[in-house]
Amino acid sequence: MNATNTTTDTAHETHVDYIGSKMGMWLFLFTEILFFGGLFLLYAVYRSSFSQEFYTTSAQLDMTIGAINTIVLITSSLTMAFSITAIKNGAARLSALYQLLTIIFALVFLIIKYYEWSAKIGHGIYPGSDALLSQGQGTIIFYSLYFVMTGIHGIHVLAGIVIIAVMINMTTKNKISEKDFVRLENTGLYWHFVDVVWVYLFPLLYLIG
Amino acid sequence: MITRESRRGFYSASGKYRGIFSWIFSTDHKRIGILYLISILAFFLIGVTFGVLMRLELIAPGSTIVEAQTYNSFFTLHGIIMIFFFIIPGIPASFGNFFLPILIGARDVAFPRLNLLSWWFYIIAATLALATLIMPGGPPDAGWTFYPPYSIKTTTSVSLAAFAAFIVGFSSILTGLNFITTIHRLRAPGMKWLRMPLFPWALYATSWVQVLATPVLAITVLLLILERSFGVGFFDPQKGGDPLMFQHLFWIYSHPAVYIMILPAMGIISEVIPVFSRKSVFGYKAIVFSTVAIGVVGYLVWGHHMFTTGMSEEAQLIFSLITFIVAVPSGIKVFNWVSTMYRGSIVMAPPMLFSLAFVFLFSIGGLTGLANASVATNVHIHDTFFIVAHFHYVMFGGTGFAFFAGLHYWFPKMFGKTYSQRVAHLSCIVMFLGFHILYFPMFILGWQGMPRRFYDYIPAFHTGNLISTIGSWVLVTGLLIMVINLLRGLFKGEAAVSNPWDGTTLEWQIPSPPPKENFETIPTVTHGPYTRSQE
Amino acid sequence: MEHTERAAHTVSYKANILVWLTLLVLTGLTVIIAGIDLGGFGILMNILIASLKAGLIVYIFMHMKYESLLFKLMLLMAIATLTVIIMLTFLDTLYR
Repeated sequence: MNATNTTTDTAHETHVDYIGSKMGMWLFLFTEILFFGGLFLLYAVYRSSFSQEFYTTSAQLDMTIGAINTIVLITSSLTMAFSITAIKNGAARLSALYQLLTIIFALVFLIIKYYEWSAKIGHGIYPGSDALLSQGQGTIIFYSLYFVMTGIHGIHVLAGIVIIAVMINMTTKNKISEKDFVRLENTGLYWHFVDVVWVYLFPLLYLIG
Repeated sequence: MITRESRRGFYSASGKYRGIFSWIFSTDHKRIGILYLISILAFFLIGVTFGVLMRLELIAPGSTIVEAQTYNSFFTLHGIIMIFFFIIPGIPASFGNFFLPILIGARDVAFPRLNLLSWWFYIIAATLALATLIMPGGPPDAGWTFYPPYSIKTTTSVSLAAFAAFIVGFSSILTGLNFITTIHRLRAPGMKWLRMPLFPWALYATSWVQVLATPVLAITVLLLILERSFGVGFFDPQKGGDPLMFQHLFWIYSHPAVYIMILPAMGIISEVIPVFSRKSVFGYKAIVFSTVAIGVVGYLVWGHHMFTTGMSEEAQLIFSLITFIVAVPSGIKVFNWVSTMYRGSIVMAPPMLFSLAFVFLFSIGGLTGLANASVATNVHIHDTFFIVAHFHYVMFGGTGFAFFAGLHYWFPKMFGKTYSQRVAHLSCIVMFLGFHILYFPMFILGWQGMPRRFYDYIPAFHTGNLISTIGSWVLVTGLLIMVINLLRGLFKGEAAVSNPWDGTTLEWQIPSPPPKENFETIPTVTHGPYTRSQE
Repeated sequence: MEHTERAAHTVSYKANILVWLTLLVLTGLTVIIAGIDLGGFGILMNILIASLKAGLIVYIFMHMKYESLLFKLMLLMAIATLTVIIMLTFLDTLYR
């Protein structure tokens, strides 16, 4: 049915399979769903074993900070979506601006997370610490999940920042334009996915207690 | 006019790189396929070496050539190398890369640069895996399955080995992602889904498993590394963790992984048998259906590796039931292959001989799988040599022999040369015999209670082990005959024609070796892949 | 011959803002629910709200509403796979 063939001439890719490119990106996101999924599986199993301790330990996390971070990330998704609307409308410079805003929101997220982690680590709470190991098993597992899940999520945020920075560069050099924007769109897909992961992390880690 | 250049097809240098760089920086799927083929065969031989060393140790009770610690590293590395660097990438990365685009009438895969990246990930990962041999702490000794608590406590280079597995996972994911997109987007005009040959179908199902299962391995080995480095505690009972959660996560990948191994192998057999039976394949749709079914159902059986661990009874029974169910589509395929041969005109060329060996060996492996799948017998044979024999029959007798079948089938097309069919027949027979001598005694030894992963055993098991080790020498002899025969063909063989086997699929309509962009004009497909003109 | 295929649809600024506002409202809702002690029901509500938020992000921000059925089916497969493996794992852990 779909019989578009692309040339293998990589010197100048004049023919881009737009749908194929998006399909590839979605397939990559499926791998990310299963990657984070493994962590959510662990969470689910341990939550059901240690429901009481998860309840009490979750209350030790600052819900307000978590909520603020959620709003920050959701807004970064908005600016990312704006950047796509802009490029499709031919407004390349506006698109680059929205991409920059996205990075700024992402940095804010990471900075808030840094302070959150610092506070916990300052209190001696981190994987393998004596203060943590002296507590109940459910508490140990909860904090391990907290650090590992938000940590791996944070690495994905960082990677996203780098990728968006590359996109800004390409947008300003007209390599991304209304004629060829699939790479920006795929970046948007990645970014929204990172947001979705946090949308689940927030209630599961912060809102139990 | 056939010049020397045009006879060399895609081997003629082009593009901006010269020499070795025109290969290792190439985005041509055919060159990448050959890069993978060479890498995979190299690591296969390294894996074989570890296997031979293991058998040397086991030729007699007590310490023969090494002590326990070294033996543990042998079987760990044997497993890691064979599984992650030979069998999983094996067929998809080599023959899949080379032939998928050609079989569907395309010029290349959907993402040629990601294709090259996937090979580089493979090479980096393989280097890291080999590096564990010389790292402080010594090579890993926890088995390729890395179970905690031992994998957490051991001071050997488990983290590095686990990281190598993490990286090679990316290689696998990129291949899968590429193939899915290629098959959806780049089929030639007229090649509807149900006109696609069975090898691409097999690659399609395999690719989905690669995409959806490999990430679970990634997170698992990452958590293992975090556990060793920071003591997070997910698998440590003292901290509230559960070692069984590691096993669940591990097998959620590693069982579907065996279907990554076998589906492409079955795809090759489905290509070879019709050609050498001079008949269209029997039950094309049934094979398609069972291919997909194996991919789907194979996802749901992982618990059968954990029957003896203390899993709940409910889980044991359900996993056992689903495991029995997944054997059905495999059985369907065997019936289809045999039915294809019935009333066919059999040509016993080397690819066919290897394929018949596959059917026989895979059937034994599969049937013994049912013995393992029954919880009652599993309790008796888990962690014994019965299991070792079972998986070697399916993975080596199955995927391994199918790999050799593909190698002999597609050799003329890939290299434009021919090999001695007589010597190839000999190598197949020697390997087949060596295989049984090596592995069949293991069924008996395992049944009698000999545990796996031990460098020593009680004297009662001596005879079986002695026979088995001798079998390993016979098998390796056959391997060497095969390798030498193919190398000789590569360098001194006569030129091959486009269609030496009278095949009906698209790769046989283009020159041997293929030109750089495969087809002068993209063909329009008007019939199924196995229709013969006289039918 | 082949050309870059244009996206059939561009999500307008207005639509994006509407989604964003909805997401903020849902976030607020989920925080409020967490403050009330509803026991197990509260947890379920919050997972459902999270899924609603995720669904909006996937459907509009990630353009899934305008993609072909194929893309939707593929996504469904990935989610179904994760769901099934979690369920089967619980078959063990819940009944030991």
